[in-house]
Amino acid sequence: MGMTMTQKILAKHAGLDSVRAGQLIQAKLDLVLGNDITTPVAVNEFEAAGFDKVFDKSKIALVMDHFAPNKDIKAAAQCKQCRTFARRFDIDNYFDVGEMGIEHALLPEKGLVAPGEAVIGADSHTCTYGALGAFSTGVGSTDMGAAMAAGETWFKVPSAIKVNLTGKLRPFVSGKDVILTLIGMIGVDGARYQSLEFAGPGVAELSVYDRLTISNMAIEAGAKNGIFPVDDITKAYVSERVSRPWTAYEADPDAEYERTVDIDLSQVDCTVAYPHLPENAHSAREGKDIRIDQIVIGSCTNGQLPDLEAAAAILKGRRLARDVRGIVIPATMNVYRQCMKQGLTDIFLDAGCIVSTPTCGPCLGGYMGILAAGERCVSTTNRNFVGRMGHVDSEVYLASPAVAAASGVAGHIAHPEEV
Amino acid sequence: MNVQGTVHKYGDHVDTDVIIPARYLNTPDHKELAAHCMEDIDKDFIHKVKPGDVMVAGVNFGCGSSREHAPIAIKASGVSCVIAATFARIFYRNAINIGLAILECPAASSGISDGDQVSVDFDTGVITNVTKNETYQAEPFPPFIKDMIEKGGLMASLKAGKAEA
Repeated sequence: MGMTMTQKILAKHAGLDSVRAGQLIQAKLDLVLGNDITTPVAVNEFEAAGFDKVFDKSKIALVMDHFAPNKDIKAAAQCKQCRTFARRFDIDNYFDVGEMGIEHALLPEKGLVAPGEAVIGADSHTCTYGALGAFSTGVGSTDMGAAMAAGETWFKVPSAIKVNLTGKLRPFVSGKDVILTLIGMIGVDGARYQSLEFAGPGVAELSVYDRLTISNMAIEAGAKNGIFPVDDITKAYVSERVSRPWTAYEADPDAEYERTVDIDLSQVDCTVAYPHLPENAHSAREGKDIRIDQIVIGSCTNGQLPDLEAAAAILKGRRLARDVRGIVIPATMNVYRQCMKQGLTDIFLDAGCIVSTPTCGPCLGGYMGILAAGERCVSTTNRNFVGRMGHVDSEVYLASPAVAAASGVAGHIAHPEEV
Repeated sequence: MNVQGTVHKYGDHVDTDVIIPARYLNTPDHKELAAHCMEDIDKDFIHKVKPGDVMVAGVNFGCGSSREHAPIAIKASGVSCVIAATFARIFYRNAINIGLAILECPAASSGISDGDQVSVDFDTGVITNVTKNETYQAEPFPPFIKDMIEKGGLMASLKAGKAEA
């Protein structure tokens, strides 16, 4: 029986010729990631277990992004603990305020993830790097702590769902709309414990950034990872950023999939996930009666330069509706600088938005845009659970940057064609 | 090993943001985390939970964020075991790693009501509903995971492995 892309990467890292779904394996890791919320718990575990060295100081990445720049004294203490650990073990890839970015935008940008690599991160959106043809998945802090010591971890080899993409995206439609549509089709546990393997001629119609957004939200369907084939688009992105050798894996023609889901990209419209689950997918054309108080454009899902360009294209020469607050958060310092150079920052400011330095802040209800009871936000983030962005009686509507920008201008959920 | 306690029952897709809201993630302290466990869907939980109590839920329990603070908060609140129809994968892994007992059992998930008295035998996977006089058979742990639990969790297991090597 043939193997999927995910299974091939896992087999290679486990030193095995082949693996099958359900098999428990021990796999070597190319990168172990943590952030300012999950790393302190991992460090406590690491130290309590009595470890006195890390497996490879060049294969650990610590990114201060969730509550940084520090939102309060406790958050400052957590970053300080991470910094102390990074200095103690001379960790090469420690990113603090000034050079940090949102982890899942920063690592691909810095060339820290390449096709065929195996990555774990103590953050559920670590599955983002499947966009580049890597195996990557989220774990908890104890797994991270153990992996920093051992350089390997255990996995149950996942079975797979093939997502067959055909057709071409229509104007204003993006990777965010594709993944919200897919989650709407299969549900928030539709791919639980499985890998989502994207395939088909439609893949070539998606930019690396569309793919990063799609793989990022694989976890919102319960998936272990979401992976794309490596093509010329991937190679062009990776060759500018990665100098070490890497391997592109291909699924075997007779690889086994538990099922296939077909998506015709030309049939996907701008999509909004209503509270309180990412599977509550609706067309952006249905939201005229839903008044909003805030838009957030950013996050590990949609804080890359093309995301901000899409939002700016809508906001250029326009103003946010009265009583709508606009919060724009470039995902990395490089994206932040590009926004200034390209005049996007001026467009956002002229429209009445604020532009923050990189942080995960509002996405998880940390800071920088918390909602009061009864308030609604259209957000380019990834979760709309109860209380996710603030008060338990607030509401988050998930959408693309173009839809968020159009909604900000309209004052209600709006399709970009409406403004 | 056996536990017995009163059931706190929840629905499907209980996510880690309601188990422990991110606004409290500025500390890794177990007691502080437990003080806010479940407060966004059940603000009385932390006042009514007693040591040994059992949490029962529907499908996809623990979906969302990878925060290990979620199983830590549940464990530190005194809950002895979580029974659900299914678990999200990162939560499942985290619970085992930190030593929070969890069992997948769709029959128990649908048969048990809030407030029932339930006992759990981890050796056999048999869940007994004392209130309703019913029993349910949970999925046993795979041997690999059972071995890890017996060694005292992931870190202890890793250290034991290194010592043998």
